[in-house]
Amino acid sequence: MNNSDASGSAVVVEALRVRRGSTQVLDGLSLSVPAGAVVGLLGPSGSGKTTLMRAIVGVQVVQSGSVEVLGLAAGSPALRRRVAYVTQQASVYDDLTVRQNLRYFRRVLGAPASDVDRVIERTDLTAVADRLAGELSGGQRGRVSLAAALLGSPEVLVLDEPTVGLDPVLRVELWQLFRSLADDGATLLVSSHVMDEAKRCDRLLLMRDGALLADDTVDGLLAFTGTDDVETAFLRLIDRGAPDLRPGGAGGAEPRGGDPDAGTGSEAVR
Amino acid sequence: MSLIRTIATAGRVLAQIRHDPRTIALLLLVPALLIGLVAWIFSDTEVFGDIGPAMIALFPFIVMFLVTSIATLRERRSGTLERLLSMPMGKGDFLLGYALAFGLLAIAQTAVAVSFAIWVCGLEITGSIWLLFAVAVADALLGTALGLLASAFARTEFQVVQFMPLLVLPQILLCGIFLPRDQLPEVLETISEWLPLSFAIDALQAVADDSESTEWIVSKLLVIIAWIVGSIVLGAITLRRRTP
Repeated sequence: MNNSDASGSAVVVEALRVRRGSTQVLDGLSLSVPAGAVVGLLGPSGSGKTTLMRAIVGVQVVQSGSVEVLGLAAGSPALRRRVAYVTQQASVYDDLTVRQNLRYFRRVLGAPASDVDRVIERTDLTAVADRLAGELSGGQRGRVSLAAALLGSPEVLVLDEPTVGLDPVLRVELWQLFRSLADDGATLLVSSHVMDEAKRCDRLLLMRDGALLADDTVDGLLAFTGTDDVETAFLRLIDRGAPDLRPGGAGGAEPRGGDPDAGTGSEAVR
Repeated sequence: MSLIRTIATAGRVLAQIRHDPRTIALLLLVPALLIGLVAWIFSDTEVFGDIGPAMIALFPFIVMFLVTSIATLRERRSGTLERLLSMPMGKGDFLLGYALAFGLLAIAQTAVAVSFAIWVCGLEITGSIWLLFAVAVADALLGTALGLLASAFARTEFQVVQFMPLLVLPQILLCGIFLPRDQLPEVLETISEWLPLSFAIDALQAVADDSESTEWIVSKLLVIIAWIVGSIVLGAITLRRRTP
């Protein structure tokens, strides 16, 4: 199966406009997610991350624009086996055991029966596999939701704040899991409002108020802004009012705006 | 449509209920206890003989409507419905799975209610008990199907509970228990002739006093089944994969 379009992108969003209630959440957003990478979608809450993810999965009503996933229109029936989505709130049945939850989702997906044990092991849920999901801690429930998304080995994983509220050890383990999934060829789009998690991603998409503030590698972003952490880079991009958009570029090698004056200039503003 | 997904969904719904023994007990016993209460109220009169068959239609219908509409609303609120609809799950598979699971519960519930009415409360059934049972199960299934339809329109718990008085109470008021249907004002009588609960109650009453032919009762049963199928189809059409 073809894992990407000609440009090597697993997801291509063009001029996407989404209104939710009376708010224009996304107003002409364009971006792409390279295939086989772990891409971080970062931004404060309310910046439109979840809406963008829902549009990519094909569960969001959109006004205009196009979203293509693996070369097909988002939400196409053919993508329902190839794209998995983990919502921020764990979407599992609290009155079923971990194993019953996964068995059911496996049948719906038509994935091999051995997948249930495989994803339980991969998400480190073996010890609680026969307990009710409702009895588990928030972090464990989140991992059940993640395990369900791993059933059938999807090519694209869209994960909405999967590490929120987890202790640092678990968070590191989860990022290791994401990395190993990408090594197996999957594309991961992972959202977070913790800027610190950015350094574990191959590329970053920084969002604020429904617009893209940066589309770059971590090194590229830091060089472009002349900063040494993503949080400061985020603030500097807001100060400058000019985004760091280098979709598909190697990033990091030749910082475009990395001249020393830019750095001192924005410090003066603050 | 896929039989595997329909059966998997029905099995999952039943597994959820199995973890909740109190719900099973309530589901099985509440209609029977209410029928018992009605029989007790009218124990010194002949009234229970007349309205007893209607009670067999009424209580399972209401209980199944409430349970089903809340179960599917819960599915929507927990995010699991969105997850399923982003998977290769057909909308019809989902609703049929629920109908199948609650249909099996309805059979058990109706069996308890009918047995209790006949053998404990002394309700006299002149016609075929099997036919009575078939109509009663179809009627409980109708409650399930309407509950599935209602939950498609409800966004919150408050809304779904309001659909009970909106969809169920008018049917109860017009089905002939309060006033025989031929004595209703003309407009209401015409409306009552189209409501599915009226067919169920007419059929049950006819079985109880053996006043109509089997064909006549089966024709009423078929109308109820048409309502069940129509509600599920309409529910599947109104279910949306993409939401605002």
